[in-house]
Amino acid sequence: MKPARFAYEAPATLEGVLQSLAAAGQGAKLIAGGQSLAPMLNMRLARPDRLIDINALSDLGEIRRAGDRLEIGALVRHDGLGRSELARRHCPLLARAAETIGHYAIRKRGTLGGSLAHADPAAQLPLVALALDAEMDICSVRGLRSVAARDFFLSIFSTVLEPDELLVRVTVPIASAGEGWGFRLFNRRAGDFAIVAVAATLSRGSDGKIARLRLALGGIGPVPVRVEHLVPNPGTEQPSPHWSTQVSQIAADSVEIEENDRTPAAFRRELVAALTREALDDAMGRAAGATS
Amino acid sequence: MSAFPPVPIVFKVNGTTRRLLTAPRRLLSDVLREDCGLTGVHVGCEHGVCGACTILLDGAPARACLIYAVQARDHEVTTVEAFSAGGELSVVQQALHEEHGLQCGFCTPGIVVTMEAWLNEHPDPTDAEIRDALSGNLCRCTGYHNIVAAVAKAAARRRGGDAT
Repeated sequence: MKPARFAYEAPATLEGVLQSLAAAGQGAKLIAGGQSLAPMLNMRLARPDRLIDINALSDLGEIRRAGDRLEIGALVRHDGLGRSELARRHCPLLARAAETIGHYAIRKRGTLGGSLAHADPAAQLPLVALALDAEMDICSVRGLRSVAARDFFLSIFSTVLEPDELLVRVTVPIASAGEGWGFRLFNRRAGDFAIVAVAATLSRGSDGKIARLRLALGGIGPVPVRVEHLVPNPGTEQPSPHWSTQVSQIAADSVEIEENDRTPAAFRRELVAALTREALDDAMGRAAGATS
Repeated sequence: MSAFPPVPIVFKVNGTTRRLLTAPRRLLSDVLREDCGLTGVHVGCEHGVCGACTILLDGAPARACLIYAVQARDHEVTTVEAFSAGGELSVVQQALHEEHGLQCGFCTPGIVVTMEAWLNEHPDPTDAEIRDALSGNLCRCTGYHNIVAAVAKAAARRRGGDAT
């Protein structure tokens, strides 16, 4: 469990990191918290020639509000995200999801940018970034570009990031007034990756009807997916007491679930139904305008 | 000759400045044990699962097996040895002793270090919160009940309660 040999550098500035990345080409890997990469190195599942450490870029460790969005630096640790007053107030779904990652010592070290760039299909932060319509700000010596979460994840452990690019910041629209949210995951042991995870937000109009629903599922395929389009016209009628049951069943029946060796798709389909119902109930309970 | 020669690093371990040469691929856990003689850093899984090698990096708990020693350059590392430096057990260690919170003791250093940091941030935890916080440290002997009792006792003592 010792990694293969690699060269190491820890540039003090963003400019330095970008130049190192551009010079290094394919053989380099960025390391931030290292909570996913270091195990892969230690088990020699990854063997980069060079590690470029970005932990010195303290500017990337900040969370700030910019108008109707939160700007969250890629180096923000999961623990910091979960405790951040700004995140808890304006993006409570994101803060809550961060609190459920791994264990205490892992959350102290692991980073938002690292989790998103690693793109584990069962991870919390990619799922929530997708659910909340986050934008990824990506830097290289060639310039800055922004990519919507919807377009960012390509497949298992695979994103649109080019070898010379660094994810520097995530911007997340802040929750609208009265928006409710729910986050549910199922795993067999505390701290494990989710077998299935569900993130939802919903807003209700003054008439009590659902004005906006966002629903995203993780753990069912190579990337997290948004599924609210599978639910027919949520806003057309006043939600009945059985609304969450009906919607979750429709989602579970119609979503594509990839077979894998570890957990049968049929079981995960049942998990989708159960967790979606719970996440929707949570969101309904937290949303303003709830009548029941 | 290796294309990746050892690099000099300076960092602080348990309050003492250390200067040493280390190849970039060497785990902090190995450097602490082999170069610094701090064998309280126990090496279990070497991929971040078991928690036995947990140390504090600038005061925050971290797996020493998921940090390369070069990354500790100019940082401050605290190992379990620091918590009984004066020959007295720390509050957490004393409570583990009294509550029989260890059997083989392999996981204990990681638990002590993790709980010392965690109790600073969570001075008045419930048993459920303690169990959740301990979930990152694998113990295959005790079944955890006595560890939970010890952490609860340590929390009470740190708050100034009499928890006997």
